[in-house]
Amino acid sequence: MFTDAPNFDIRNYLRMEMMPHFLCPGCGHGMALRALLWALHELDIDKDKLAVVSGIGCAGRLSAYIDANTFHTTHGRPLAYATGLALARPDLHVVVISGDGDCLAIGGNHLIHACRRNLKLTCLMLNNEIYGMTGGQVSPTTSETRLTTTTPLGNTEPNFDACALATAAGAGFVGREVTRHVPKLKELIKAGLQHPGFAFVEVLSDCTEVYGRKNDMGSSAEMVMRQKSEMRPSVYRDSVDTPFRSTDLPTGILTRNDRPEYGASLRRAAALASKGAH
Amino acid sequence: MNVVDTRRAKPAAKLLSGNAACAAGAIAAGCKFFAGYPITPSSEIAERLATLLPRNNGVFVQMEDEIAAMAAVIGASMGGVKALTATSGPGFSLKQENIGYAAGAEIPCVIVNVMRGGPSTGMPTRPSQADIMQSRYGSHGDYPIIVLAPASAREIYDETIRAFDLAEICRSPVVLLYDQVIAQSSETVALGAAPAAHAERKRASGPRETYKPFAVGADGIPAMARPGDGYRTHTTGLTHGEDGFPTQNPEAVDRNLSRLFTKLDHHRELIDSWETVRCDDADVVIVAIGISARAAKRAVELCRAEGKRVGLFRPITLWPFPEAALREAVKTARAVLVPELNLGQLRHEVERLLGRDRVEGINLINGEPIGPAQIAARASQLASEA
Ligand SMILES: Cc1ncc(C[n+]2csc(CCOP(=O)(O)OP(=O)(O)O)c2C)c(N)n1
Ligand code: SF4
Ligand SMILES: [Mg+2]
Repeated sequence: MFTDAPNFDIRNYLRMEMMPHFLCPGCGHGMALRALLWALHELDIDKDKLAVVSGIGCAGRLSAYIDANTFHTTHGRPLAYATGLALARPDLHVVVISGDGDCLAIGGNHLIHACRRNLKLTCLMLNNEIYGMTGGQVSPTTSETRLTTTTPLGNTEPNFDACALATAAGAGFVGREVTRHVPKLKELIKAGLQHPGFAFVEVLSDCTEVYGRKNDMGSSAEMVMRQKSEMRPSVYRDSVDTPFRSTDLPTGILTRNDRPEYGASLRRAAALASKGAH
Repeated sequence: MNVVDTRRAKPAAKLLSGNAACAAGAIAAGCKFFAGYPITPSSEIAERLATLLPRNNGVFVQMEDEIAAMAAVIGASMGGVKALTATSGPGFSLKQENIGYAAGAEIPCVIVNVMRGGPSTGMPTRPSQADIMQSRYGSHGDYPIIVLAPASAREIYDETIRAFDLAEICRSPVVLLYDQVIAQSSETVALGAAPAAHAERKRASGPRETYKPFAVGADGIPAMARPGDGYRTHTTGLTHGEDGFPTQNPEAVDRNLSRLFTKLDHHRELIDSWETVRCDDADVVIVAIGISARAAKRAVELCRAEGKRVGLFRPITLWPFPEAALREAVKTARAVLVPELNLGQLRHEVERLLGRDRVEGINLINGEPIGPAQIAARASQLASEA
C-alpha cells in the first residue's frame, strides 16, 4: 500500500520505546499519524525544531509517539497553548493535533480565533465523528441518525462542516482528506505545513471500535473501503448514491490565500514602536 | 525571608496605581510574554503591557477568553519565555484547569488575580478578599501553589519581581493576589533599580541519552528542557514518570506527586515572607492581608496610643502559609483577630493552625473595606479582656 514511500522509514520519526501504541486495531488515527510523519520527512523538518501540541482524546494521544518536542495539553486548548508557544518561539515549527470534539466542541472558540489571527501553525483535526476516548458519545460532527452512547435514538443534531467554518473565520489554508488516501493526505499536510499562515487540515478518520461497531459499519477494512467509494473527492461525487456522512464534504485544498501572518505583523509593529518611541 | 527593604536610597518617586506597579515589576523581572482577557479591576495591567512589552522585546496578545490566555501563557513558558497573565474573579475561575496543568507539568508562570466582589459577576468595581481559598485550592486534584499577597503599590512591584523569580526557581505557577483598592488607588512609589540579575529556571544540560525530564537532585526541582535544544521531551497533564511519559504505576505516581509538595518545602526560606508590627509583647495580634492589613496597621497605632498591647501579623506569602512565623508572632497573644473582606477564609487557616479558642474574625462582604476604627475598637476590647 505504501510502496511509493521508498525513502521514508516511519521509525525515524517515532519514539519506538513507546511501542506498542494504544490505538485500537484499524483506528484511522494511525494512518493520519503516518501521513503527518511522512510529510514532515519529505519537507525535511528538523525534529529538534518541531513542536507538536495536542489536546485530549485518542487524537490528542498521538503527540506522545512523535520524536519531537511534544506537548499533550488540556481538552480543547491545544490551539491556545500553541498560540503562546509559536508567538514566543517563532523559530519553531508548531503542529497541532486535535480531534473533532477537542477542536469543534470544547475548543471551538479557540479554533475560530486561531483562523482569524492567521498565526503560522498547522492544525490537524482528526474527525472520526465521535468522542472516541470517552467511549463513543455524540460529537459536533456526528452524522444525523447515527447511534452513539448519548444518542441511543439516533442523532438528531445537525453537524458541522469544519472546513467551511475555518474558511469563514479567515484561515489562510483549509483542506480536507480521508485517511484512505494516505499519499494524498500526506500531500495535503505538506501543503499545509508549507503555508505561511494558519493551516487547517481536516482528516476524515475512522473510529472503528466505538463508532463503527455501534453503527454496524463492518470491519476496519470495510470502513476504509467505504471511504473510497463513498467519501468522495468532489470529482467522484456523482457516483456516490448514499453518502455515509450527512454532509456532502468536498476534499482537497479548499481555501488558500495570502492574508498577512499574525506573528510577522506583530513583530513588524513592535519593531516600528521600538524605533519610534522610547 | 522576613521583609527587609534592601533597595537603594532615593530613586525618583512616581505616582503609580498597584496595577501599573505590577506591569512595571513584570518588565523589571524579565517578563517577555503577556496573554490576557479584559476584566475590571485588572485591565490596566494588560493595557500597560500592551505598550511596554513590544518595546522591550516581548509579546502582548489579547486572547479570546481567560482559558485561552492561561493556555497561551503556559505555551510561551514551555517555549522558555517568562510569561504573565492578569485577571479578576470570573476570569480566575476560568483559568483554573490550566493552572492545575502548570502545577502538574511544572511550568513556571505568574497569574495576577485582582480580587473583586463575588460570587459570579459580583461587584466588578468593589474590593473583596474572597479568593483566598480559590487561589490555593481552585483547580481539581492535590497540587501545591505559591500565592503572594502584597498590600501596596510599591510592594506589588517588588512581589511581582519575586513572583517571577519563585516561578522560575520552583518551576511552579505563582499567583499574585490583591484587592481592587490597592490595584486602582495611586500611591507615590519609589521603585528600586530593576534587579541586575533574574532568577532563571534550571535548564537541561548534558547528553540527551541520560537526561530525564523529571529526575531531580536534592532540591527537588527538575531541570527543564527548552524546545530546540535537542532533548525532544514530552510534556503532559497526565500523571507521569521521570521520563515525562504517562504512567499509572502507583510508585512512580506517588513519587512524582509527593515531590510537587516537597520541592516547595525545600524552598521555604525563599518563599516565606511576612511582616510583623509590634507582636513582641502583644496581648492581641491582628492577622490580615492587603487593604485589610493596611487598616489593621493603623488600628495597631490607635490601640497602642491608648496603651493597649496590640500587634499585626501580615502574611506577604499567603500560600504556603507562613505557619512558623505566625506561631512565633502570637506567642504572647491571648486573642487573635482576623479582619477580612469575606466570611472567614483567612480565619479558617489561622484557626487550623492555632485552634479556635482565641481566634475571631471581622468580616465584611458588602463591597466596603473594613476601616481602622472598627478593627481598633474590637482589638482594644479584646486587649482589655485579655
Ligand atoms: C475539560 C474536560 N472535559 C471532558 C474531558 C473528557 N474527554 C476526554 S477526550 C474527550 C473527547 C475526545 O473526542 P475527540 O476530540 O473527538 O477525540 P477522539 O478521542 O475521538 O480522537 C472528552 C470529552 C476532559 N478530558 N476534559
Ligand atoms: S476508540 Fe476509536 S478513535 Fe479511539 S483508538 Fe479506538 S478506534 Fe481509534
Ligand atoms: Mg473524535
